[in-house]
This record gives sequence, structure tokens and C-alpha cells, in this order.
Amino acid sequence: MALLQISEPGQSAAPHQHRLAVGIDLGTTNSLVATVRSGSTTVLPDEQGRALLPSIVRYLANGRVEVGYPAQARQAEDPKNSIASVKRFMGRGLKDVGHAENMAYDFADAPGMVQLRTAAGVKSPVEVSAEILKVLRQRAELSLGGDLAGAVITVPAYFDDAQRQATKDAAQLAGLNVLRLLNEPTAAAIAYGMENASEGVYAVFDLGGGTYDISILRLSKGVFEVVATNGDSLLGGDDFDQRVFCWIVEEAKLPPLNARDMRLLLVKSREAKEYLTTHAEARITARLSGGEVVDVTLGMEKFCQITQTLVHKTLGPMRKALRDAGLGVEDVKGVVMVGGATRMPQIQRAVGEFFRRDPLNNLDPDKVVALGAAMQANVLAGNKPAGGDWLLLDVIPLSLGIETMGGLAEKVIPRNSTIPVARAQEFTTFKDGQTGMSFHVVQGERELVSDCRSLARFELKGIPPMAAGAARIRVTFQVDADGLLSVAAKEATTGVESSVVVKPSYGLADADVERMLRDSFEHAKDDMHTRALHEARVDAARLIEAVRGALAADRALLSAEEQAAIERQVAALTAVAAGNEHRAIRQASDALNRATEEFAGRRMDAGVKRALAGRQIASLDL
Amino acid sequence: MSSHFELFGLAPAFAVDAAALDRAYREIQSRVHPDRFAHAGDAERRASMQWTTRVNEAYRTLKSPVQRAKHLLEMNGVDVAFETNTQMPPDFLVRQLELREALAEARAPEALERLQDEVRSERQLLERGIEDLIDARRDFAGAAGEVRKLMFLEKLAAEIDLAFDKVE
Repeated sequence: MALLQISEPGQSAAPHQHRLAVGIDLGTTNSLVATVRSGSTTVLPDEQGRALLPSIVRYLANGRVEVGYPAQARQAEDPKNSIASVKRFMGRGLKDVGHAENMAYDFADAPGMVQLRTAAGVKSPVEVSAEILKVLRQRAELSLGGDLAGAVITVPAYFDDAQRQATKDAAQLAGLNVLRLLNEPTAAAIAYGMENASEGVYAVFDLGGGTYDISILRLSKGVFEVVATNGDSLLGGDDFDQRVFCWIVEEAKLPPLNARDMRLLLVKSREAKEYLTTHAEARITARLSGGEVVDVTLGMEKFCQITQTLVHKTLGPMRKALRDAGLGVEDVKGVVMVGGATRMPQIQRAVGEFFRRDPLNNLDPDKVVALGAAMQANVLAGNKPAGGDWLLLDVIPLSLGIETMGGLAEKVIPRNSTIPVARAQEFTTFKDGQTGMSFHVVQGERELVSDCRSLARFELKGIPPMAAGAARIRVTFQVDADGLLSVAAKEATTGVESSVVVKPSYGLADADVERMLRDSFEHAKDDMHTRALHEARVDAARLIEAVRGALAADRALLSAEEQAAIERQVAALTAVAAGNEHRAIRQASDALNRATEEFAGRRMDAGVKRALAGRQIASLDL
Repeated sequence: MSSHFELFGLAPAFAVDAAALDRAYREIQSRVHPDRFAHAGDAERRASMQWTTRVNEAYRTLKSPVQRAKHLLEMNGVDVAFETNTQMPPDFLVRQLELREALAEARAPEALERLQDEVRSERQLLERGIEDLIDARRDFAGAAGEVRKLMFLEKLAAEIDLAFDKVE
């Protein structure tokens, strides 16, 4: 008897080649790229064998850009143009940036996301991050010998919508197909869970260069479920450097410093902090631009004292996350430490005391996030992982709300809701014949809008004119698997869909991203047309393969005519994709998508029914 | 599939087998979740989003005693009418005032935790009553009043949660 291969919806029954997919940890201090190759997960090093890429971008007047070690080596000489820790500026306004005066950058005062004036012009944090991602993409393509099908890019779990969107925009600029934005603690949990085959409730304490996350997860066979997450997106190792910097200035009684000396001493502060992880004291010496010599020694005890309030700031989020999870410290089986800053002895001690157990340090805290992201990328790209598929259930970290009368924030989607999630609210018109409406969406837990993060203003247009109060506008707030919000609106009595125009408070408008793409082509001497054609062809090929796989698996759900109609669209797209008109390829792709809409719906229904039928059979065993 | 219970293959009742619900949730999600369709076509990705959102909403509803009760009452034509029906038994209102006073006076996390425990016991008591009314006696109108009380307590619980920020 022949074996019937029962395939899952979304998985091709036909064998396919391994798709090249990577996980990228876009860190505040260092970035990494990793992949799953021949069943094992590894970080991809540069030509000199270094796994970490310092997240520093230096802009030169001639338009050249240096990324990583070369930029790091010369940052003290050229502080205004050497942008470090750009992650702290993603999706943030100038007033959000702590210690702006200590940073020696030339901030451009503009509404929305902060901008930096460099020798190569005004740069958005999105553009700066894109330079880092480009280097990693090129490293991966060189190392793996081909184009990438996609990448999973990690973000702090506590990143809000604006910060996430900025990350996605940066990836687009860098020419990456984002398979998923993955929360860093969740990525670490995957790496840890797969490595140790753990089951139970685990906490992930992730203290990076600029961000802090604490996530509580439930690991069981094949399921990673985030129960609650909390954190501080403006707390990290950089702040510990700042405390040392301030101490040096006080101790050595230094006068106000210029940009170069500030950067030099910040670099020395970081070195001292790292040195103190394994030594009782660190000697800090530096020659300033005016010739003065700084020579001070920082002891471990003093270091702990000056950073005590920072350590204390990590406790509140841990308590809140446990409360939201409905758990106590005794329910947590282990605490996984992630991020270079967790190497500090006072952090290890504080976490150990809080959870009343020794933290788990068996995975390299610098690499674990990239490795987990690579494992997820492998699954999302459609390569079947060796151990079988797993299910990742993540949550939105901050409540989403709408501004109502009196500046109050009314929560629409509560924090720690499993994503994807959608909620609808009904509104009506205020005046006769009113055809438009606007909403202010915010993110945060506080009652006043002014205490929350402004996300965006959504403007609805095209409401059919009616008497005041007669219209029933159903607004659906949808958060996708990346944690990104989209809004749709429909007038319920007429069924007319309103168009939604998004005005992000801290993000880039579509026009901005397009302009940046054009600018980046000029500098890279790339041909925009060539790239658009290439991307259109790659997307078309992906779509054709997916449709062929779907037909192979679920042909039985279609009538003969329906099948023929789809095959015709596939043939049409294949033909157009061989040509040079990228717009025509896009149009043919859209046509194929529309033609398979109904089929996709049926496949999903069938899949769900199979799941339920399978269970009912299993329950008969009882 | 019109009711959330049907989606998970569970008999509609206030008392649910939590383990069976979790199992059904995970099985369906593993078929429809966007992670399974990240490399698929737009149409499948859209269908996946619709399904997975629906499944998450159904799961959230059935996991919450208040939402589950409301759903059951709606299925039986009874609207809880929380906003419009503000009549509450006097002894219940007196108790609510006591609890709110205690909340206003709480100065330390321990006091708030004690308050949380009290509210939790009262909610569990109400839930047992609701189970009896809905599952055993099919008294949906009677259950509506108890569900309104539970919603009151849920609001209080949310305020206690916010209060932690002020005392920590």
C-alpha cells in the first residue's frame, strides 16, 4: 500500500531546495547575523573571523560610509559623524533621548523622529540602521553563496509600534525581505529551549546596550508561549557607561569637555565597566585634546554604588511581569540571562536575589538572540527544521488606546494580548453630512494621553454623508505577528470602506522611505530599475512556488474550472516574469493573488476542520 | 462555526475543561498561525491573519470567566447590559465601597496584594454561583445580575493593578 503524504496547509508537498534565511540581531552595541546550515545554527563571521559587528556608522564628507570596526576605531576623532547606539533613536523624538547633551551628536531639531546632521547630510536613524543591516546582508549572501529569501530581525520586546516600524523601514532600505520582527527575549528562549529541550515557565532577563526586557514564557513540547513581558526601552549598558563617565569627570575635576574628549572618555568608561566584570578595580587613563592627563582608578564597590539606581530600575518591570502572568518567583523554573550587560556582577546578584535561584548563563549572552532568530527564520522560510515545527505565541507589550474626550486614553487592546489580535470599536458622526473622522492612537498603560506614547493619527475619509449620529463606523484595530498596528474602517449600514490615512508621530511616511531608497541608490551606484525588477521577479517566483505547492496539496478543494483559471494566471505570471517590465510583473502577481483568494480561504477552513476532526477522534480514546 | 465553543469543539457551558481548551487552541493555531505562512502567497497570509485573530479572540473570551459568561448569555439571547443596568443589590454596593476605600488607603504593595487576594476570593465565589445558574439551572436572566457584579470586581482589580505603580 502506498503511503499517502498528508501535508499541512502552507507546506509544499513537492521537495524544494533549502531556502537561504538568516536571523539578524540588530543590537544597540553590536549586531550579528546567523543562519541554520546543514541542521546546525551558527553565527556568520566577517572575513577576519569576527562574529560581532559594532553598531557604529561613520559618514565621511566624500559620501563614503564606514560600518563596524573601522568606524569604532576612529569614533573618538570624529564623534559627530560616528553614530553609535543608533537603536536608542529609532522611533524616538529628541525629547525622548536621555543625556542628549552628553552625546556629542549634532541633532537636527525636527518634529517626529530625531535626525542627525553628519558630514554626508542629515540622516535619519532608519538610514543609519540600514547601513548596518546592509553589511550583514552582504556578509550573509557572500557566506551562503546566494540571495536571501528573507531575514528575521529582532527587536526589544518592549519596543513600541513606532520603534518596530522604524526597524522594518530600515530593513526595507537595506534590501531585506523581513520574514518577521521577533522579540529578543523570545528569540533567546527559542535558542535556549531548543538547546536544552526545556519545559516549564522560564524568565528571560535581557539587558542590552540600550534596552531592557523581562519576558515570562511557558515552554512546552513544540510551543513557546509568552505569558507576559515588561521592560524599559531606555535602560541598558550605555547608562552604566554614562555613570562611570560622570564619575570620571567629578573625580578628575574636569572642566566642560569638547565632543572628542567626551567620546574618548565614554569609550574608556565602557572599557572600565567591562574590565570590572573580572577584576576588582579598573585604572582609567586618557590624554585629553588640551593635553591634560586623566588617571583615576575605579573600584568595584564604587562602581556598584554609582550604578545602584540603574540596577534598581530593573526590579519594577520584573514584579509587573510576574503580576501580569499571575505567577510568583517560585513558579519560575529558570532565568536566562541575555545581553552583554548581564555579565556585570551586580546584575547577576540582583537577578539571583529576586528569583531566589542562580541565573542561567550557559549560552553566550551576545549570540543567543541571533541564534534564536536564525532558527525562526529557518522555519518561516519554509525549510523544515530537524526537530519538527514549533509554535511561537508572542504578545503585544503595551496597551493600545484611543484618545477620548478630556485627553483620556481608552484602552482598545490590552497589554500582553496574544498577537495577532484585532479589536473593533464603533463610532458615529457628530455633524450632519460628516464624511471624515480622525483618531489619535497611543500606546501605554497610563490614563492620560499625555502620559502615553503618541503612535499616529488615523484619518478616515469617505464616510457616506448621513444625519449626525446615524452612521455606524466600525473601526478595526489589528496588530499583526510583527507587533505592528493597522487600522481599517467600514461604515456598517452601507458597507462602504473608509480610506485610512496614517500620520505616524515618530515614523517615516511612505514618501520618505521612497526618497531614502532613491538616495541610497545614487550613493551605491545601484540601478533602481534593476533592483525593482529583481525584487519583482523574486517575489513572483516565491508566489508561483507557493501556489504550485498549494495546488499539489489541496487540488481536491477546487473544481476543474477553478483549477484551470488558477493555472492560467500562473502561466501568465511566469511569462511576464521572464520579461523586463517590473510593473507588469507586479500586476500579474496581484492578479494571481486575487485568483487564489477563495482557494486560500478554503484551504484554511479545511486545515482547521482537520485539526478539530483529529482531536475528536483522539478524545474518543478517553 | 458561530460560537467560540464550536470553534474549539467544546460543549457550551460555563465550566470548561481548561486542558482541553488549551490543547484545541494550540492544535488550531499550529495550522493557521502566520508563522506557517510567512513564505506563502498574499491570499493565504491574509486568510491566516483572519483565522488566527479569530482563534485568539475566541481563546481569550473562553479563558476569561466574565467574557465566557457574557458569551453564553448572548448565545441564549440575554444581554448583560452593564452600561445601562446600574441597579445593584445594596449589600454588594456597600462591599464595593469598603474595597474602594481600602484601595484609596493602601500605601504599600503588601496592602494591595492583600486586597487582590480578597477580590480574588470574591470573584471565585461569584464564578461558582454563575456556574450553578447557567449550567445547572439554565437561569440566564439570573446569571446576568451575577455577571454584572463580576464585571464590577474586574474593574476594581484593574484599578488595584494600576495602584501598584504609585506605591512601588
